[in-house]
Amino acid sequence: MAKRIDVSGLNAYYGSFLAIEDISMTVEPRSVTAFIGPSGCGKSTFLRTLNRMHEVTPGGRVEGKVLLDDENLYGSGIDPVAVRREVGMVFQRPNPFPTMSVYDNVAAGLRLNGKYKKSELDDIVEKSLKGANLWNEVKDRLNKPGSGLSGGQQQRLCIARAIAVEPNVLLMDEPCSALDPISTLAIEDLIGELKERFTIVIVTHNMQQAARVSDRTAFFNLAAVGQPGKLIEIDDTERIFSNPSVQATEDYISGRFG
Amino acid sequence: MDIKTHQPTVPPTPAAPAPAAPRDKRAARGATRPGDRIFLGLSRGSGIFVLALMAAIAVFLTYRASIALSENEANFFTSFEWNPSGVPPKFGVAVLAFGTVVSSIIAMAIAVPIAVGIALFITHYAPRRLGGPIAYVIDLLAAVPSIVYGLWGALVLVPHLEGLYGWLDDYLGWTGVFEWNDGAPRSLFTVGILLAIMILPIITNVSREVFRQVPRMHEEAALALGATRWEVIRMSVLPFGRSGVISASMLGLGRALGETMAVAMVLSSSFDINASLLDTGGGTFAQNIASKFNEATVTGRDALIASGLVLFVITLLVNGAARMIIARRKEYSGANA
Repeated sequence: MAKRIDVSGLNAYYGSFLAIEDISMTVEPRSVTAFIGPSGCGKSTFLRTLNRMHEVTPGGRVEGKVLLDDENLYGSGIDPVAVRREVGMVFQRPNPFPTMSVYDNVAAGLRLNGKYKKSELDDIVEKSLKGANLWNEVKDRLNKPGSGLSGGQQQRLCIARAIAVEPNVLLMDEPCSALDPISTLAIEDLIGELKERFTIVIVTHNMQQAARVSDRTAFFNLAAVGQPGKLIEIDDTERIFSNPSVQATEDYISGRFG
Repeated sequence: MDIKTHQPTVPPTPAAPAPAAPRDKRAARGATRPGDRIFLGLSRGSGIFVLALMAAIAVFLTYRASIALSENEANFFTSFEWNPSGVPPKFGVAVLAFGTVVSSIIAMAIAVPIAVGIALFITHYAPRRLGGPIAYVIDLLAAVPSIVYGLWGALVLVPHLEGLYGWLDDYLGWTGVFEWNDGAPRSLFTVGILLAIMILPIITNVSREVFRQVPRMHEEAALALGATRWEVIRMSVLPFGRSGVISASMLGLGRALGETMAVAMVLSSSFDINASLLDTGGGTFAQNIASKFNEATVTGRDALIASGLVLFVITLLVNGAARMIIARRKEYSGANA
């Protein structure tokens, strides 16, 4: 189920521009790892290299290795489509398919992966919506459009959609930045539950959020605009927020810059 | 001429709204500067001019048509005859309506899938360096005059269609719809093919714009679930673009319904309705008017105008339907913004 991510010597480019340079880190299974850092430091770009979404951007290109347990996602003969079925993703803005019902949104990934009986689908949809703490709110309107839900509900619908296919890893790119505090709290609680089953990586601009939800925190920074982003340090969240080993990290989390 | 017509509309504006709501007052104050006033006059005049023109056309068509219709001894909607100069005059639009609608449907059936395919290729498959030139060539296709399409159709397309006709007859002849009696391939089917080529650019261009506007986040939603490129198109692009493609098709249909010269040059017209699409003969409104107008008597011309009125109404209905669909789409995307 949940797998370990092992990144070594990873560079990502937009055309000829080197966006992130030489990143190596390990993410343990069934843990939450938060990426923090100033805007433009490449944390979202790095996140998108973990499910090979970076290369769908025109000019996007990656060098280096990302091991999922023992399999290199960038190895030859690896199909990016297959990678994305194993590594789920939740985006900054809730993006349910606007023309699909709540039910169809959750079932969308399953229908891509193969044939399911109606009863099987029903079970998985219910389980996924329960897993996303959304079932009680939508069980009476499964056939209504997903775009009719509130922003926070839509985001949980997107999480349900992502976990319905039972990925090994769940990536979240600032999943709460478009949500109100109550919806944010709901998602944060959910992350705590989901980490029992998935390896979770979350990008966030909210340092309290990183402190609340994550076990490990990685701090990214860039020397100047136009320079590549780098991983400054990764450590236990407690340690990063109390006694980081690099001065820049302390400056950032204490609000001295960024 | 123009300026005269809207001069009288300007003076009442500042005077009239005095007792009216404050919003009108503000508008009136805006119009007191000479530049504003001139511009208001010009634009309002243009607007009124268009409406007046439309009304004038409708009145003209209806008036002349009513003269012809009052003399007509046959049923205007069901008769297969076209003899407005006879005694008594007899004419009906059944053949023309059939030919117009059928050839346009054939054109749509061929053009819409190809146009959607081209639009998807340009927006989602072709590398940027290739997509640009293809889009440009399609635009050029729209700029070719219809008479040139007609010439090409008559001189190149028609002689080369016999093979296709024979093939259709061999494999689909049993349906009756594609039965071929070895006549010249100047049938409604050929007209449909030619019209398809002519309406391809407009459908392609509008669809392309719609597909280009599909929000990136919807495509990424599908990608992140492990969708292949085709699955992304099926899950995100086509549902988003569906209503846009429909309205694009309606625009193309409008053009196909009204196409004149190209049809007149390719079709070997006759006043009957054939069960087989491949049989020589048939006619369309526009083609019939073009080929009969010069030699028509006074009643004959009025009869042609009556048929023109029917085409006018059909085109109006098609455009109305397209607008309704576009309007619905607007609400839809607004709700999801």
